[in-house]
Amino acid sequence: MTLISYVVIYLALLVFAIAVIARFIMWSRLPMHLRWELYPVAHEASRAHYGGSYFEESEWWTKPREKSMVGELKAMIPEIVFLVALKEHNPKLWVRSFPFHFGLYLAAAWAVLMGIHGFLAAVAPALLAGVIGTLLKYAIVASGAAGMGLAILGAVGLLHRRLSDPELRDFTTPADIFNLLFFIAVFGLTLATFFTVDRAFSKFTFLVHNLVTFKMEALPGSGLESLLPQASLVMLSLLIAYIPLTHMSHFVGKYFAYHAIRWKDDPNLRGGKEEAVIHKLLAQPIDWAAPHIKGDGKKTWVDAATEEVKRSKKT
Amino acid sequence: MRKLFTPENNWTFLQPLLMSMEHCARCHTCSEACHVYEESGRDPLYRPAYRSEIFRRIYHKYIINGSTFSHGDVDLNWKTVSRLIELAYRCNLCRRCAQTCPIGADNALLAREIRKVASQEMGITSKECHDDGSMLQLTVGSSTGMNALVVKDNLEFIDEDTSEKTGIKVETPWDKEGADILLLHNAGEIMAWPENPGAFAVLLNAAGLSWTLSSDIAAYDGINYGVWYDDVQFARVAILHAQAAKKLKVKKIVIGECGHAHKALTVIADKVLTGDLNIPRESAFTVLHEIVKSGRIKFDKSRNDFPVTLHDPCNVVRLMGIVRPQREIIKAIVPENRYHPMTPEGIHNYCCGGGSGFAIMSGHNFSDWRHHVAGRRKFRQILEAFQGEPMDKDHPKYVCAPCSNCKGQIRDIIKYYEAWEKAGIHYGGLVELMVNAMVDAKPGYIDWEWH
Repeated sequence: MTLISYVVIYLALLVFAIAVIARFIMWSRLPMHLRWELYPVAHEASRAHYGGSYFEESEWWTKPREKSMVGELKAMIPEIVFLVALKEHNPKLWVRSFPFHFGLYLAAAWAVLMGIHGFLAAVAPALLAGVIGTLLKYAIVASGAAGMGLAILGAVGLLHRRLSDPELRDFTTPADIFNLLFFIAVFGLTLATFFTVDRAFSKFTFLVHNLVTFKMEALPGSGLESLLPQASLVMLSLLIAYIPLTHMSHFVGKYFAYHAIRWKDDPNLRGGKEEAVIHKLLAQPIDWAAPHIKGDGKKTWVDAATEEVKRSKKT
Repeated sequence: MRKLFTPENNWTFLQPLLMSMEHCARCHTCSEACHVYEESGRDPLYRPAYRSEIFRRIYHKYIINGSTFSHGDVDLNWKTVSRLIELAYRCNLCRRCAQTCPIGADNALLAREIRKVASQEMGITSKECHDDGSMLQLTVGSSTGMNALVVKDNLEFIDEDTSEKTGIKVETPWDKEGADILLLHNAGEIMAWPENPGAFAVLLNAAGLSWTLSSDIAAYDGINYGVWYDDVQFARVAILHAQAAKKLKVKKIVIGECGHAHKALTVIADKVLTGDLNIPRESAFTVLHEIVKSGRIKFDKSRNDFPVTLHDPCNVVRLMGIVRPQREIIKAIVPENRYHPMTPEGIHNYCCGGGSGFAIMSGHNFSDWRHHVAGRRKFRQILEAFQGEPMDKDHPKYVCAPCSNCKGQIRDIIKYYEAWEKAGIHYGGLVELMVNAMVDAKPGYIDWEWH
């Protein structure tokens, strides 16, 4: 593998990491917003199953709140792994989207397993000679082949639906098509490499080992045998870098959609820590121009919300 | 529109707004959850994602200079803007669509944000919500146009009438300093359904609770139309409600049968009211449930021996999680075999079709559209709930709609489809049903012929 390929992969992984962290920071730094929860709220321990809340208690502010982390996990894990909301509300899409997403999870597991293999090869090579090494090799083959296969299947299904369903066509942008084709092409290339020149993903494992240990050695062999694994890995890394730069970064956003919005039901109790934050937010200037506000960039939210209101003659 | 994306001008909803701008996959999973889209014959205009997609394209192209390759194209002109605003007022903001989104996008929120930028920047709103709604409430005291004198006079009349109907002496307390509860009615009840505030007075007095109404501006009307279209108007009204409670030194504010007032003051105003304005707020349903549980009032279920179904106001159920108290009350006052739940119900209910201000809007052909499209699913649900019952006027049936706005909408669809004349379907609130079953009251509180 040439030095350039290694550099491209490192840079791509760096872009991925920076983009994901930047998104996390962006979402978490946004100001506190007005409450906008949507039921069911999963951490409502004994009430979540029917969508109840602590507001069902008389004088709820005097009662201890039941907040169940287990309840959240019970909702989150099936949602993340099996996309249960989609299965319930849009089964036609789910049969395409689930294999695609589950394939991505397996492909991610494949990459992680190769990373572990590379790490163990560097620090404890004896371990790889035993059962653990054998299991790891089988797991790499299974997750890689199944993951890419399922993801391609799902992506082709999603693409077909985007292009054939008149309801979706008008809402489809060129990028939507490109994204799915990108997945199909990259995973297709990787799967073709697997079937033609690397049935055990050993060449991929070798390259990943080099990446983990910063060796940057060339892949032994020549022709397609050497070129295909390198090209696949470079393309995979570019795909990884691309995902968080698009709306496909919803794996980050979804966390906030649930934890910062839909399930964010913490009450602002008098004298609590939120009041100081609210005071700061209300002290910000507004410049909404409508006649009933007349914001001028100096008037604050407090000013606007507490000023005497006069009806115009028109009204 | 740019202002919507600045933390100063829109800290109130910036995070939920950006979430829905960034992550909609345009998969239309939300479409089938929307009663407006479904009942319009699946008109693409009413897809929850349609108006949002136009809004998103404008944002990406003109606000953040994003590529049309990624986000699609749209021309920005008056026709687009005006139609977008119009479309934002064709959504009930019930958020049933958001409930189904696999990613967490909220197209109802975007409809509200479109209404908001139109109101807060351009001064374009629905007349009923703004001029005849929040502005009237802020200046005169109530969107009904009643000032304090008129509302007191009306309540006096209601007290007399209720005393006569129930045989229980009723007196509504006004401006009682130090009372435990400040009760906020939707003033529409006082004008259109006087039996509702009358029933509240009967129940709270009989339960021996310390309560009062306030005659301060805006405080005798629990509505807050800002919740549908304008954050500044919303905050103004919420603060007036809290100030009235503070002035009377009450222990808590209890919100009567009004769904949007529930959500406005209890949930959304939660991050507006601080310090001595942060007075605890509670639903009337939990207070009434406590009364039922305490046994302080005796109820005779057999007085409600007619089919009853329960409509769930979206603001109370899907958006606040108050599901069981009203059902527990019904269980205590309606014979078991007479209760017919709607399908779906609870947090998965359908909007009545009057949500987000529709029930008070009637310009141009809006009423027709409301009957034919927005309210059609609810009407079908009502008919389905009473399946198996004799459908004629001699067999009265009761749609319990414990929300003023929903009640207005259900009144209108019942009238439009002649459901009383043809099927004996009547409607009313929860407290009316309670007083109707109250042992100490004269029988027959529900007036079946009153529409």
